[in-house]
Amino acid sequence: MDGTKLVHMANQIAAFFAAEPDRNVAIEGVATHLKRFWEPRMRREILAMVDSGQVKGMHELVLAALQGHRQNLQPAP
Amino acid sequence: MYSNKVLDHGTKAQESATQVTLQIDGSNVTVPAGTSLMRAAVDKGVKIPKLCATDSLDAFGSCRLCIVEVEGRRGFPASCTTPCENGMKVKTQSKKLAELRRGVMELYISDHPLDCLTCPANGNCELQDMAGVTGLREVRYGYDGENHLTGEKDTSNPYFTFDATKCIVCSRCVRACEEIQGTFALTVQGRGFDSKIAPGPTDFMSSECVSCGACVQACPTATLMEKSIYDQGQPDHAVVTTCAYCGVGCAFRAEMKGNEVVRMVPHKDGKANHGHSCVKGRFAFGYATHKDRLKTPMIRRKITDPWQEVSWEEAFAYAASEIQRIQKQYGRTSVGGITSSRCTNEETFLVQKLVRAAFGNNNVDTCARVCHSPTGYGLKQTLGESAGTQDFDSVDHTDCIIVIGANPTDGHPVFASRMKRRLRGRPGTEGAGLIVIDPRRIDLVRTPHVEAEFHLQLKPGANVAVLNALAHVIVTEGLAKEDYIAQRCDVGEYAKWRTFIALPKNSPEALENDTGVPAAQIRGAARLFASAPNGAIYYGLGVTEHSQGSTTVMAIANLAMVTGNIGRTGVGVNPLRGQNNVQGSCDMGSFPHELPGYRHVSDASTRALFQAAWGRPIDSEPGLRIPNMFDAAVDGSFKALYVQGEDIAQSDPDTQHVQKALEALECLIVQDIFLNETAKYAHVLLPGSSFLEKDGTFTNAERRISPVRKVMPPLAGLADWEVTVAFAAALGYQMPYSHPSEIMDEIARLTPTFTGVSYAKLDKLGSIQWPCNAGAPDGTPVMHENEFVRGKGRFFITEFLATEERTSRKFPLILTTGRILSQYNVGAQTRRTENKVWHDQDVLEIHPHDAELRGIKHGELVALHSRKGDTALRAVVTERMQPGVVYTTFHHPESGVNVVTTENSDWATNCPEYKVTAVQVTAHAKKSEWQKDYESFSSSQEGFLPGTATRGETN
Ligand code: SF4
Ligand code: SF4
Ligand code: SF4
Ligand code: FES
Repeated sequence: MDGTKLVHMANQIAAFFAAEPDRNVAIEGVATHLKRFWEPRMRREILAMVDSGQVKGMHELVLAALQGHRQNLQPAP
Repeated sequence: MYSNKVLDHGTKAQESATQVTLQIDGSNVTVPAGTSLMRAAVDKGVKIPKLCATDSLDAFGSCRLCIVEVEGRRGFPASCTTPCENGMKVKTQSKKLAELRRGVMELYISDHPLDCLTCPANGNCELQDMAGVTGLREVRYGYDGENHLTGEKDTSNPYFTFDATKCIVCSRCVRACEEIQGTFALTVQGRGFDSKIAPGPTDFMSSECVSCGACVQACPTATLMEKSIYDQGQPDHAVVTTCAYCGVGCAFRAEMKGNEVVRMVPHKDGKANHGHSCVKGRFAFGYATHKDRLKTPMIRRKITDPWQEVSWEEAFAYAASEIQRIQKQYGRTSVGGITSSRCTNEETFLVQKLVRAAFGNNNVDTCARVCHSPTGYGLKQTLGESAGTQDFDSVDHTDCIIVIGANPTDGHPVFASRMKRRLRGRPGTEGAGLIVIDPRRIDLVRTPHVEAEFHLQLKPGANVAVLNALAHVIVTEGLAKEDYIAQRCDVGEYAKWRTFIALPKNSPEALENDTGVPAAQIRGAARLFASAPNGAIYYGLGVTEHSQGSTTVMAIANLAMVTGNIGRTGVGVNPLRGQNNVQGSCDMGSFPHELPGYRHVSDASTRALFQAAWGRPIDSEPGLRIPNMFDAAVDGSFKALYVQGEDIAQSDPDTQHVQKALEALECLIVQDIFLNETAKYAHVLLPGSSFLEKDGTFTNAERRISPVRKVMPPLAGLADWEVTVAFAAALGYQMPYSHPSEIMDEIARLTPTFTGVSYAKLDKLGSIQWPCNAGAPDGTPVMHENEFVRGKGRFFITEFLATEERTSRKFPLILTTGRILSQYNVGAQTRRTENKVWHDQDVLEIHPHDAELRGIKHGELVALHSRKGDTALRAVVTERMQPGVVYTTFHHPESGVNVVTTENSDWATNCPEYKVTAVQVTAHAKKSEWQKDYESFSSSQEGFLPGTATRGETN
């Protein structure tokens, strides 16, 4: 799926949670949202982007969530 | 008039803690204080003659037919206007009374055409009945005196006539228009003998009349009469059912002759509408028998092929083989389905069951995605349940109403009438305060006897800023209900939110640039709302269809909690749902991440429950949402889609992207009553059934489950639920139901909020508001009464973030979209009724200043450009708009409004941002390229229908 669009959507989620004063809670919020609402192929794709270093324009909370909660977010093959 | 087979109590029921006992014709009767003698008599089985009274209106006391004798009192009081008192002794019949009543009737009849036998009201006319009841045998004055028998007939309204010759000037119509509808379109002109009823100085069609039909229903004679009665005669039986248009969910009596609907009359006992309706539900049902209805299943290999008519079996076999082929080739998750908010709960439940159990994935979504998905998310997060908190009746007890991003008089007309009644107040009592938050000056801001205290005319996209500013004022001026919050809400989260909201950046002054609303107005509105004993918030798609849609819903919940306005009658958070069954389709598990009852698919115990019942494994991962399906289709990983009763090609944003996605599908199965825009891209067409052709239930905006009843056989032979059952069977998955009631029983078994629901109980109670279970066997009008569903109410920090859709030099205006009264959603139904006389095309509303700047004249075709595409519409120059903002609707496919809207969406739910698109408007337009392409594509697709090469969109 269109990677730019996925990053844009993820960034919007991050922008909501960015208002949370506790950074860990914010990261957790982003990760949980992706896990609960994103279909596996969408998560797979955005994780692949992180793996291949295509993180330009990615909100830092998105990156932190994808890296920090990778195991939980990686869909079963 | 209302069917005379239904008992008319003459005056309204009264609520009172005090009871009074009196004697009527020698027997005792006890009634609530305030009840009229007339109503008390009816309770006792005694019908006092009457003409100007009816139980939907306040008593007026003008005809004097209802006079009675009261022991110890002089004269003959009118029983409709005389309240019962303890110990009264009332006589309803005596020689003197009979004589006086006959005298009254004589006067009426001497000025009435005596053509009863050929009158459309024959057999259902109160005047006729009263002549009989009073024993009128002769008219001493003769018929030659001065009279009104030469009056003209006004037939301008497409649905009813006004025949002045038959009018008895009882003013029931005038009062109905005022008290029930709140439009004040009718007046009594002149005095005494010369008085007559008129819709202002014009005919009905050019008047303020909105064609709700309340006057027609109230009229005791044939003066105001449905044209369908002229054409078809009086109905002979009636079935109670539920309107299939908007989320108000009005109950109707479908009055029938054989299998034909003669007229739809709002049901007096309907708890959502209490006997009122709008033009759509009452009159616009003709689409159900329109000649464009699809009657035979059809298939084709490619969308450039003509359609081939096949049997149901062949259609199911082909559809199933395609799904199986595609899943084999591209994988289990390459297919999905879309449920419909216009179909019944049972049908929606079956489509999601088919996708989860037979397709084996969670790729199911519903059109609520594009309207109220943020409501589901936002209210679940804050309050714990994805639904509005009140019943409609609650508005009667409200002291201050906020309407934000909703236009109830157009979108939810029957509820709007109810709200207006509360805003006007009862005679002698004050009405509720009103705060409207909307970029447009919607009708509610100022209508007869209603004026908003505050109209916060914000810039589109600034909802969160305005709500934050309101909350800021409440918190910093010490208006928060701290006791309520301490008791009912999560205090830790409240403290965090409180700190955030009190920050100077959230003050109305700091946000003035973003909101476009003077700070003083926001301060005034905040004080008004916070100081009202009961404050209620009503909202619509102007809240949800934004990139911050979910944040706005949370900000609304924050505002309700901080003012202590959840958990009792008269308050609450009330989403006004667009389509009839939006609430129901969401309840039934139509979202890709939730099983019925809003339980996440990752929850193992819920999955186990469904797996045991359905005999198939349930995927624990969320599926694709509609916009994700489109993206995946374009990307090549999503190949087949089953769409029941939705028109995504017209209703969803960024049309060209949607078209690309639909073209990329290898198998599109569309089930609909018409060849809608989506069907033009389909490979399998399964004819749908209208709400008149099936049994089931709809759930309205107040969580009210109401019965839908089959009054005629399905035109194509199968009801929609039967189609899904047969399709599943062709896929090798059996769902052996013999009646929708069995589907509801399954829903009840599997869903904790529905355990007490059954068709038997619906028959008994009429309708039920969920949750309905052991704790609330008759349902739940008001939610969160003692505690929130989630335990403690949770405040969320709602930072205002401006949308990325910004105006620029090239696109300096903001386009926002909405609805109008006479049309419904994509218009597939209403465009096929006489409602088209009110709105035969979508138009672009523009402020005079913006129009002048561009040399645009009222009525001319103008071009609308956005970053996404171009289209052309006729301009309507109006001061309802604020400068810089233009507005349109999407009821007609050829207007291509969604060619212009963008793919921007709500951060949490992907609900599209229909309400904000940066555009330019230019004068002297021709049709856009898209419109020309659309016309040729559309006409070639219509030509592919067998034997319908000449079929167009005409009646
Ligand atoms: S039109 Fe009907 S309701 Fe109105 S005043 Fe005449 S008779 Fe009464
Ligand atoms: S149809 Fe409705 S709006 Fe029109 S005059 Fe009658 S009551 Fe009033
Ligand atoms: S208000 Fe809604 S439900 Fe009621 S009649 Fe009109 S369209 Fe139907
Ligand atoms: S019915 Fe009571 S005065 Fe007309």
